[in-house]
Amino acid sequence: MSLFPANSGPTVRAVHDEFHGDLLEVSMGPQHPSTHGVFRMVVTLDGEQIVKLKPVFGYLHRNHEKIAENTSYLSSMPYTDRLDYLCSMTTNWAYALAVEKLSGQAVPDRAQYLRIIMAELTRLVNHSCLVGFLFNDLGTSFTPLLYAFREREKILDLFESLSGSRMMCNYQRFGGCRVDPSPEWLAAASALVDNFPRFLDEYETMLTGNEILLARTQGVGRLAAAHAINAGITGPVLRASGVDYDLRKVDGTGFYPRFEFRVPLGAHGDTYDRYMMRILEMRESVKILQQAFKTLPAGPIMDPKAKLRGFRPKAGEAYGRLESPKGELGFYLISDGSPNPWRYRVRPPSLINLTLLEEMCLGHTIADAVVILGSIDIVLGEVDR
Amino acid sequence: MSDTPAPPPFTPFPAAGNISDAEREDLRRHGILLTSLEELYGWGRSNSIWPLQFGLACCAIEMIAAATARFDIARFGAEIFRPSPRQADLMIVSGTVTKKMAPQVVRLWNQMPEPKYCIAMGACAISGGPFKQGYNVLKGIDRFIPVDIYIPGCPPRPEALLHGLTQLQEKIRAERVSGPQAARHLQPDAASEFPVPDYGAHDLQPPSNPALFTAPVLPRKA
Repeated sequence: MSLFPANSGPTVRAVHDEFHGDLLEVSMGPQHPSTHGVFRMVVTLDGEQIVKLKPVFGYLHRNHEKIAENTSYLSSMPYTDRLDYLCSMTTNWAYALAVEKLSGQAVPDRAQYLRIIMAELTRLVNHSCLVGFLFNDLGTSFTPLLYAFREREKILDLFESLSGSRMMCNYQRFGGCRVDPSPEWLAAASALVDNFPRFLDEYETMLTGNEILLARTQGVGRLAAAHAINAGITGPVLRASGVDYDLRKVDGTGFYPRFEFRVPLGAHGDTYDRYMMRILEMRESVKILQQAFKTLPAGPIMDPKAKLRGFRPKAGEAYGRLESPKGELGFYLISDGSPNPWRYRVRPPSLINLTLLEEMCLGHTIADAVVILGSIDIVLGEVDR
Repeated sequence: MSDTPAPPPFTPFPAAGNISDAEREDLRRHGILLTSLEELYGWGRSNSIWPLQFGLACCAIEMIAAATARFDIARFGAEIFRPSPRQADLMIVSGTVTKKMAPQVVRLWNQMPEPKYCIAMGACAISGGPFKQGYNVLKGIDRFIPVDIYIPGCPPRPEALLHGLTQLQEKIRAERVSGPQAARHLQPDAASEFPVPDYGAHDLQPPSNPALFTAPVLPRKA
């Protein structure tokens, strides 16, 4: 049994400590407006300062991996939508990537471009919403989120007209994509992307120089680069600490080497850098998207040899990974030649980025813990799976 | 004795129930609002439902989307999401309820004051949905708390949540204030709190509340 069973005691209790004086133990979550879902932190406080923070996971453990091991490869694709439910397109792609490695399927050029378009649109959705949620945690009740969701709805309309669903797109297939976008769709998407920097300018005018943001985030939740590397932190959280590690450049996933973009890096590794990281990455995503719409080749979107029904890869193992908006998202599959994967494992960036939460929070106040958690960008569907 | 006939007996205004809808509509068009306390009470309550700010999984994102400018749940008077169950009227169970989370959901429900309502949003909250076969997933929140409105979908669109909310409003407006048909929260012996299950070693203990839920019997042919 866990140290903090689900039904343990009152929410706030005093911890008698002869050395430090009496401490206060506060249980935040699983129902808490700023824990981004059903995450729970047991925070030990000395006055208002955090001396210990224990994360409690598992409130959304819905057996994704076990279910995937008992169903066919294709049937797991809709489940990957629900893994990171803000970025279904990238989780789809990461899973398709792993299966393609396992079976050795090739992906046509047009599908590679479409995957990058979908992934970068997803990054825009994720990062703009994350910034909105971060400001919610700072206490600006809902307003930045309204701006973010206005843009999100525009992108979700595109996803819906293409794939049939707003959030759970189920778009990627092994060896390509499911639907080919029409020229009208591409024109609408291109117009949206061209207008996106205007939204970013508006967003930044409102937020970046904001006095409250500066006071609440600069120097808060510092994460040293060496520490982050040792803990396996990836994504914008790692790059905010100044480590140049982006799988789009390192691995050259898909056709990313064909695009010109920069990888923004932070200098301090604090919450403010993590916020700026998201804004700058969105600007780079816009650049990638503009190039992609200009150079999108014609052609098929599925490998003609791809076989969806009765799909049985040969025995072996494969690890497919890509730079999801939250960090390195990987799928590790072991096949024994049967229609189901023998082992199916997800490397969730949210969970691994969360492991250093205590280090980032120690010495700060309890109000800062909420902001630091918000800046890590977790989705509980991915943390608990 | 005079021959003048006796004046007709005084008849008070007909009770609201005795007047036809057409007559009422006619009066309303002339600026006369005829109503009963019951209706006024239901109208007021149905248009100021405060939901509990409480998201479980994917559906919570669509719940937030329903609160933003495009769908604007404020049009139906339900935009005030309260983080505290003590101030909430409506629990929107938005997402997969795992066995670890179920005791907390029931405890939150118990902490909400009457009158309170529950919407099961999405396939997971209704029945476990796509994750039903999971060993840690509760197969529907109606095993432990009474659910008023079920909204299918995975996840339901924000419009579907708004439709569910208007259905709930109609349900609230139809509730009686007195008599044997009185609303549940006005009946002195109606249960308002439900036992919190334990997160046991293998399953929730008990796995469902027998007062609320009986597993459907599937007739099998020999």
